[in-house]
Amino acid sequence: MRITQGTFSFLPDLTDEQIKAQVKYCLDHGWAVNIEFTDDPHPRNTYWEMWGLPMFDLKDPAGVMYALEECRKVYGKRAYIRLSAFDATAGWESLRLSFITDRPAEEPGFRLERQELEDRHIAYTTHAYATDRPEGMRY
Amino acid sequence: MATERIDLQAAFANSGVSEVITTLDRELVGLKPVKRRIREIAALLLVEKLRREHGLGSEPPTLHMSFTGNPGTGKTTVALRMAEILHRLGYIRTGQLISVTRDDLVGQYIGHTAPKTKEVLKKAMGGVLFIDEAYYLYRPENERDYGQEAIEILLQVMETKRDDLVVILAGYADRMERFFTANPGFRSRVAHHIDFPDYTDEELFQIAEKMLEKQHYRFDKPAAAAFLEYIQARRRQPHFANARSIRNALDRARLRQAVRLLEAHDGTKTVQDLLIITEEDIRQSRVFAQVPTATRAERVEAE
Repeated sequence: MRITQGTFSFLPDLTDEQIKAQVKYCLDHGWAVNIEFTDDPHPRNTYWEMWGLPMFDLKDPAGVMYALEECRKVYGKRAYIRLSAFDATAGWESLRLSFITDRPAEEPGFRLERQELEDRHIAYTTHAYATDRPEGMRY
Repeated sequence: MATERIDLQAAFANSGVSEVITTLDRELVGLKPVKRRIREIAALLLVEKLRREHGLGSEPPTLHMSFTGNPGTGKTTVALRMAEILHRLGYIRTGQLISVTRDDLVGQYIGHTAPKTKEVLKKAMGGVLFIDEAYYLYRPENERDYGQEAIEILLQVMETKRDDLVVILAGYADRMERFFTANPGFRSRVAHHIDFPDYTDEELFQIAEKMLEKQHYRFDKPAAAAFLEYIQARRRQPHFANARSIRNALDRARLRQAVRLLEAHDGTKTVQDLLIITEEDIRQSRVFAQVPTATRAERVEAE
């Protein structure tokens, strides 16, 4: 099951050329681009691991692409990788754009768990099949 | 295709490089061999670009350079111009010049160097990375020095990211020579070695006049003569840094001029007075007072 979160996630995966253009757009607006990765695809898993530091003061997307390449060498096909752009302007101070650039070759998806409570109440949980295995060995 | 005419002069004019070279000629005094080399490099890059446009593709040329010369001979200034030339010819995308020294690249503890170096490299990508006094990266006397790690990352990026980054290494000639001997990887990756000669006394004087003109000051006649003498005397003293020494001398002369004007008791001054640096402002310099012959080394020996 294909994970859809962040911008562009209903489109086919972006090519490097397209990623570069998006990064250029972010840098032109003065946003700092970050690279994050995770192997827990649950939608409530908001804080992913960062690859290196946020990249402030870049002028050209080549720097981000270089870091992304490095990250792919380690986590490519083994985890989700996303780029996020942080706007430090007073009043915003938050992410303006976030999109997935890389995903594992196979995404096993989720199962729905029903928990029966008192008075015939039911609590629902989504459980990612991937997380049945320990971190780092999931894909 | 073979018979198609290519107007080289027009291409040169359109690229906007000629303007940069003209300002370089006008604003920088002396440095004949440097200017010639830059002209040559610009010509090569232009022809290379035209060749590519006409399908005669060859590998993108290696653009990494090394600038060697004594302090104050204009290495940083020329590097800035070089970035502009490369930008106008489309070899780099941003025209920015990031100037760093060892401190910006090498970390203080294990595992600190690689992220630090990479951060600088990422910032510089798309433009020019100017490494001043590059030989400090390599410290053979300390085998645990982290400089080696920075060098390795640098070399790797210089090789694989040639389209994204131009590295200019700068420093004193003899130490750079030793640095290149100890790190042959650098020598083979640096295509253009440019040597910056020392300025002559006359050139330094012209530089001084240009600096003053920019700040709206002027020498009167005796002051000009005194300043020429000052240059000759200063050159014989230790830590002579060409144009930088001149700039410092002028700053101090301005200081003395200001004090002189304030302490004069005859009241009002004209604009002319504010403009002119007199002989007195220059003659007061420490340089004239000292015995100019003994260099530092000789003094150390004498002690």
